Amino acid sequence: MNRDLSPVLDAVGGIVLGKQRAIRLTIACLLARGHLLIEDLPGVGKTTLAHALARALGLDFQRIQFTSDLLPADVLGVSVFERETGTFKFHPGPVFTQVVLADEVNRATPKAQSALLEAMEEHQVTIDGVTRRLPEPFFVIATQNPSHQTGTFPLPESQLDRFLMRIELGYPDAAAERALLAGSERRDLIEHLAPALDATRFTQLQQAARKVHVAPALLDYLQALIAHTRHSPDFVIGLSPRAGLSLLNAARAWAFLDDRGAVLPEDMQAVLPSVVGHRLHIASGTSRLSSDALAARLIAEVPVP
Amino acid sequence: MRGFEPRPLGTGRVLALLGAIAALLLPHATRIPLWISTATGVAFAVRALFAWRGYGMPPQWILAALAVASAGGIWFSYGALFGRDAAVALLILMLSLKLMELRSTRDALVLIVLGYFLAITDFLYSQTIATALYLVTCVWCITACLVAFQYRSQQPRAVPALRASAVMLAQAAPLMLVLFVLFPRVQGPLWGLPQATSSGVTGLSDSMSPGSLSNLSLSDGVAFRVDFAAPVPALGRLYWRGPVMWDFDGRTWRAGESPGAGISGIDTIGEPIRYTVTLEAHEMRWLFALDVPAQIVEGSRLTGDLQLIAGRPVRNRLRYDMSSHLDYRFGLAEDAVNLQRARRLPRGFNPRSVALADQWRSAGASPRAIVQQALSMFRQQPFFYTLVPPELGRDSVDEFLFDTRRGFCEHFASSFVVLMRAAGLPARVVTGYQGGVLNPLGDYLMVRQSEAHAWAEVWIENEGWIRVDPTAAVSPQRIEAGIAAAIPDGEPLPLLVRTGNPWLRQMRFGIDAMANGWNQWVLGYSPDRQMRLFQRVGFSDANWHNLVIALMVATGVVLGALSLVVMRRLRRSATDPLVGAWNALSRKLATASPKLARQAHEGPETYLMRAAAAFPQTREALQRICRLYADARYGPAPSPTSAKDLARLVRALHLEAGGH
Repeated sequence: MNRDLSPVLDAVGGIVLGKQRAIRLTIACLLARGHLLIEDLPGVGKTTLAHALARALGLDFQRIQFTSDLLPADVLGVSVFERETGTFKFHPGPVFTQVVLADEVNRATPKAQSALLEAMEEHQVTIDGVTRRLPEPFFVIATQNPSHQTGTFPLPESQLDRFLMRIELGYPDAAAERALLAGSERRDLIEHLAPALDATRFTQLQQAARKVHVAPALLDYLQALIAHTRHSPDFVIGLSPRAGLSLLNAARAWAFLDDRGAVLPEDMQAVLPSVVGHRLHIASGTSRLSSDALAARLIAEVPVP
Repeated sequence: MRGFEPRPLGTGRVLALLGAIAALLLPHATRIPLWISTATGVAFAVRALFAWRGYGMPPQWILAALAVASAGGIWFSYGALFGRDAAVALLILMLSLKLMELRSTRDALVLIVLGYFLAITDFLYSQTIATALYLVTCVWCITACLVAFQYRSQQPRAVPALRASAVMLAQAAPLMLVLFVLFPRVQGPLWGLPQATSSGVTGLSDSMSPGSLSNLSLSDGVAFRVDFAAPVPALGRLYWRGPVMWDFDGRTWRAGESPGAGISGIDTIGEPIRYTVTLEAHEMRWLFALDVPAQIVEGSRLTGDLQLIAGRPVRNRLRYDMSSHLDYRFGLAEDAVNLQRARRLPRGFNPRSVALADQWRSAGASPRAIVQQALSMFRQQPFFYTLVPPELGRDSVDEFLFDTRRGFCEHFASSFVVLMRAAGLPARVVTGYQGGVLNPLGDYLMVRQSEAHAWAEVWIENEGWIRVDPTAAVSPQRIEAGIAAAIPDGEPLPLLVRTGNPWLRQMRFGIDAMANGWNQWVLGYSPDRQMRLFQRVGFSDANWHNLVIALMVATGVVLGALSLVVMRRLRRSATDPLVGAWNALSRKLATASPKLARQAHEGPETYLMRAAAAFPQTREALQRICRLYADARYGPAPSPTSAKDLARLVRALHLEAGGH
């Protein structure tokens, strides 16, 4: 385990109990400069995870609750006319921070969603013709309710694609739940959490993670995985080149977390369900597979070179 | 309500499939009634429009009604739903209706399989090389459609699909050959169906009037092909005997009733020459042989005028062995009735010819001398050999002999025989083929309709029937060098018969050699030939039992060889020594416990954990091996000796029994 990131994992793991793997994926996602989508029922600790992570990494944190009447200005900020100076003054919105928690992103209208999603892609926002850089590092951790719930606007494929990973938290196991119930208030714990890193150090770690070696044999494997999704009739839409790059970066981050200098096929297999789950569509006619099962099948069907 | 929405098929793929099936249907278009081809065409057009515009399919009840109506229509047109023609028409109509149900990939696959079946039905009607080539192309396209429908993308590109299809067909070809050669054959025509291959084949008939042979000579069709066991005799000696004409009505010669069997009257000289004739179907009963046949074909008989008559009309291509004596004497003791018949002439026709012959006879010339006189008349007077003779009136022989003097072999033979009969000599016209063209590519003789010929036979006391060819007197080239040399330039001889263009000639020979090979080895591959082939490779008995065993063995060999090739390609990476050593570990672990063989999708770490769980004592050694492999294969700077090291470590690995 990486020396610098291990305390982060421990710190967050002390607050979000029994979710080691999800936390690790989350850190890997941020390490690979990707945005994260957490999809689960309300109350399983999505917000807590995001908040604790920001805190442990020593990053600024803002939360935006998405509702159906949310406007782009509520996310990006607004220019207000000031009588004293006779000019417009820009009041930055909650998006101007290092970690944005976009809570229940699929409750907002597509218009408000796309305001956030543009910021994610470009790391900048343009308001009234002025382009403003967002702070670095910049992450969006979006949560969404399972889309079959009422009053949701499901994110279209093109926007889903902007998230590097999508993870599900699920219910904690019995022991973790017991510890949660017996322990103190999560909010207080986060309040008292000491940052294990700071933004500068984390940016350095991101750069180091980019340098993890990828052997030609591993690129063969990646290409074989992508080709399989494009040719097998099980998948309606194959993985895009962007998905391939995402998979590669996520695997690098995963290997970096493991303190290894080279990516192994296992790294790719570990991140694959989270990275491709929201990008693949199951061919109807084959049985309804969950995205996890589909990813498992993809792994099982492609030989490791 | 369906449980799921079928995956859309993609316009391009549907249109390609429609095109491929339409191409398969095309040869049937002329054979089915007009209403069926129209309905089919409409169905294809409608489906193509639907695909293009993305319309939904018509409801089931309309299709059901159309299906019933189609079956009724077939019944009305053919009086049956079974039998070759009706069944093919039914298949075509139902396939057209199935187009309207083409919604899912599954429907497309059903259509493709029907398409393969449709390809077979084309062979029920025609088995030429052209048909085979056309259908192979169609099957190639439809297999490409099959490939395309396996792709996930709805708009797969055509070239990879076509390439994959070609590779698959090429892989299937050896298997096809094995099945063709070894599958037990049944006696009878190919496909075991009654064939109607007549298709307007023209050939010699049992009557001859001016113009009938010259018309035949314009045909480029092959009458028969001959394979000689020994060198081919000189062209001038090759008289292939066909119908013999006895009766003349002033204009037309007719064969009439042939005299009874007369093989006993033949005196032959020397050894016969042997050859094999492959006769094209001509709907008549003559079998062609060189004068005089030394044997008869099974099921045929030899008439008194040496015609070889088959038991039934030749409806299929027929192959028979023959031998003939080119030097012979025949008919020394000819029946007086026949001689009387061979002198008969219609009254009141051709007075000038009769007068000329009378003049010869009253001069007291011997029969030989009369024959010579007639021949020298042809030779000395300005007679011309031509394919386009002028029209002749009522007294055709008179007009030809004294006025026009331009004619084809039937004019010469006919007028010669009339002269002989008028002079009191028994004579008859013999039609058949003369000569042939040696195909240097296949080393066989092609005898085409353009080699059709007519000559004369005259009966002379103590000599019997002797052959006299008046055409030879006028145009010796026709007999010695073939028709192409004898016909003046500018006459409408079939283009390819002409000798002028050597390149065309060569091509013509090549095409005919191919057709001959196809006939002999593909269409003519009978149980008999299969048996002979077996004997040649050393099996004495080609019964069903042995054939099936041979078939299974050969199929196994072909499939085995193909699998080897494919596996070698898949395993090409195994030639990497590193991967080889890595696979050796998997084999070693698998021999200890079959479950421990490495699965294709397992990476080194995963595999290590599984193996170490089974053999905890060797965990460290296994760890070293896996780390070494992972570093060498996926690491940034693999050591150059890692493959050797890995191999050594794997060899040194001791898996203690009882590890699990």
